[in-house]
Amino acid sequence: MRDCKIVSRKFELPNSHTLEVSKAHGGYKTLEKLREHSPLEIIDIIKASNLRGKGGGGAPAGEKWELMPQNSLKPSFLAVNCDESEPGTFKDRQIITKDPHLLIEGILITCYAIRAKHAYIYIRGEYKQFQDILQGAIDEAYEDGLLKECDITVHRGAGAYICGEKSALLESMEGKRGHPRLKPKQKEPEWFFDNPTLVNNVETIATVPFIVQNGADAYRAFGTEQSPGTLLFSMSGHVQKPGVYEAEFGTSMMEYIRHFGGGVKGGKKLKAVIPGGVSCGVLTAEECENLTLDYEALRCMRSSLGTGGMILMDEDTDMVVALKNILEFYHEESCGQCTPCREGTGWSDKLVAKILEKKGTKEDLNKLLEIADTMNGKTICVFAPAASAVIVDFMRKFRDEFEAKL
Amino acid sequence: MSFMFSKENLLKIEELKKRYPNPHALSLPCLWMAQYQEGFISLDAIDAISQIIHMPSMEIYGVATFYTMFRLEPSEKLIVDVCKTLSCKLCGSDEILEHLEKNDTIKLRHVECLGSCSTAPVMQINDVYYENLTIAKVDAILKELK
Ligand SMILES: Cc1cc2nc3c(=O)[nH]c(=O)nc-3n(C[C@H](O)[C@H](O)[C@H](O)COP(=O)(O)O)c2cc1C
Ligand code: SF4
Ligand code: FES
Repeated sequence: MRDCKIVSRKFELPNSHTLEVSKAHGGYKTLEKLREHSPLEIIDIIKASNLRGKGGGGAPAGEKWELMPQNSLKPSFLAVNCDESEPGTFKDRQIITKDPHLLIEGILITCYAIRAKHAYIYIRGEYKQFQDILQGAIDEAYEDGLLKECDITVHRGAGAYICGEKSALLESMEGKRGHPRLKPKQKEPEWFFDNPTLVNNVETIATVPFIVQNGADAYRAFGTEQSPGTLLFSMSGHVQKPGVYEAEFGTSMMEYIRHFGGGVKGGKKLKAVIPGGVSCGVLTAEECENLTLDYEALRCMRSSLGTGGMILMDEDTDMVVALKNILEFYHEESCGQCTPCREGTGWSDKLVAKILEKKGTKEDLNKLLEIADTMNGKTICVFAPAASAVIVDFMRKFRDEFEAKL
Repeated sequence: MSFMFSKENLLKIEELKKRYPNPHALSLPCLWMAQYQEGFISLDAIDAISQIIHMPSMEIYGVATFYTMFRLEPSEKLIVDVCKTLSCKLCGSDEILEHLEKNDTIKLRHVECLGSCSTAPVMQINDVYYENLTIAKVDAILKELK
């Protein structure tokens, strides 16, 4: 497997989180030449690289940057999404603890391109220890004079998965409950107190310095035509060596699992993989066999790449128990605005509990699918449709395990 | 009003106000400060925040109850948050939870994914993560913290 460390290049260095080590290894180099380009030229480079958002959706970053006004009377803002609450995902944490200066450098370039003078990093409340390391790096950057033209403020969440959704994140930053907003009909920026705002994931922003430094083609040299570059893929669950390992898009999933993860824990057989956080459709071991890790291949499997955080389950895993666990998560984390989501997540959780107690009937299985159907496409955000797809996938692919419990 | 932010916190609040286009943005930061200062968020603290950021107390109360990490009541017992989500469950969090269930000197909470799935099972106590847990390890940690 080809070595391709773009974001994780400095991760293994001792004290990699400090300004000194960062600078000694090329950190902040892009800033020297940044002003040779106009903001629009930077956006063009990002567009040419086809960098895709690494927070789960894979939306082209350049197109989002382009929506930001270049001559607005109102101030523009950048909000960096470090809410990282998708189960199975722990990659942004690596960046903010192992190379926070790479993120800061990326923020400075991005703010220059979108003409923002202030960036916020919204970090999940549980990450306090890691926030302290990140804040230490920001303090160092201030002392070094790197943040003269652009401020960075870390904004701490307080335990709510839904605040990772970009509009809920901004509601939360506005001091309110983290309720996702209704989507606008046309493409436009996000809004923070009515000011145009760009929301990007930590890893997306941390990829920007490489692209600006080395050019769009250097980035496109990795990955596939439609999914260029690399991702901090990760593995957890029943895997020998869980962790985060950067790889290029298009890498074979099973090769990745063998090469970096050392295969399934305890030499057991693989039963299933949830590819990119629990909001992505579950895949059987057979489906994983010839699968590559890129947005297109996973979409073909009617799943999605998500955050690239794979959860492995071995042959002894009870899939009904696994679904119950995921539904508990959905029920707990629904923000409660939409009835199909609020009620559907709780109801389906109860039904699966009933099946696990061996009190379920065939009708309950049908009811589960019916509930899933009502949760799909009738809500403010995609949280409920994701839950719906998870239910349908588990029941379609592991129906026998559900029936065996009736 | 019986709650007052410490001098240090008031200074912090003044600094933070300069960093946002609207003082409402300070609701979460202020709730955090109140919780660290008193151990929980009292209704008096909510009133104090309301005056500082010009947001109705009722709305701040609604915000405080939305986020799971805010506590509206004091807890005498040590709060132990154990992750119960899928990767941790696959790696043995049930055993840890069962063990801690029996311990009535702590306040055990089952929480969702802590973003530490590669070092499962995981728990968090007073902002600190404890990873790759075993029952023996959990006991040693709790003994240390007592
Ligand atoms: C329910 C839900 C949860 C999300 N959680 C996160 C998250 O924790 N971190 C993240 O970066 N993006 C998350 N997203 C995606 C964001 O809405 C947004 O698309 C992303 O931050 C944009 O950045 P990117 O284009 O750089 O990926 C979530 C989306 C949804 C619908
Ligand atoms: S779908 Fe669920 S999480 Fe999304 S806005 Fe509606 S209730 Fe909230
Ligand atoms: S599942 Fe427990 S930390 Fe992610």
